[in-house]
Amino acid sequence: MTFLFYFVACLTIISALFVVLNRNPVYSAVMLVLCFFSIATLYLLLEAYFVAVLEIIIYAGAIMVLFLFVIMLLDLGREAALPKLKKLDKALSLFLVVIIFLGILTLTMWAGGDLHQTLNPSSVGDIKAVGKALFTDFLLPFEVASLLLLVALIGTVYLAKRRVK
Amino acid sequence: MIVPVEHVVILSLLLFLIGIMGVLFRRNAIIIFMSIELMLNAVNLCLIGFSRYYQSVDGQVFVFLVMTLAAAEVSVGLAIIVALYRNRQTINIDEINLMRG
Repeated sequence: MTFLFYFVACLTIISALFVVLNRNPVYSAVMLVLCFFSIATLYLLLEAYFVAVLEIIIYAGAIMVLFLFVIMLLDLGREAALPKLKKLDKALSLFLVVIIFLGILTLTMWAGGDLHQTLNPSSVGDIKAVGKALFTDFLLPFEVASLLLLVALIGTVYLAKRRVK
Repeated sequence: MIVPVEHVVILSLLLFLIGIMGVLFRRNAIIIFMSIELMLNAVNLCLIGFSRYYQSVDGQVFVFLVMTLAAAEVSVGLAIIVALYRNRQTINIDEINLMRG
């Protein structure tokens, strides 16, 4: 199991790198699907079963279909002709990324506490516990989330509608 | 459990940084959106790890809400990209300088 975790972790990182570095948006989207599936596997290994299923349904199902539709709708021939970044911009971005990496890594390492110990088995991830929490302690956020989805729905329809002059 | 929570945090950190690199290095608006999705997933992974660590279900509820937010954000964002492409015939964010940003 431990080996499986590190294997899937490597797969996640590699597919994420492909998403960012690939010139062709279609390949990026396919790699992103792979990345979502491996993250779902990680959730399974961390015993968050409900979230793992949600990850596949929402991300790999709904969101990626949306992405692929938009890539299909837009003209992709221009992607290869997009200009490269300036050297200064690239250097500054890399510098920023390295700074953030070292900062958070240092914080994690020196966090104190007992982050190094391996985790105990538990049953917090099963759908019963999550559902109970969603409909008791987190009922208001749950309803607000539905409102958010309604707002997104109306906003999307308004944006996508062709204006009649 | 199989791994220290520290390793989950480091994995999520790496994913988040890859997302940041995507936002900073790429000029294609769709790729930038995908990178934002990667960053949201990194945060979700961290939340799951700590929810597991503290034996608390709250982190998973947070992940649920973040996923809802991601779905809403992607639908609106892609609608904006389609509208932009319809008006400007480009999704290169360097050429989209309507607000002189």
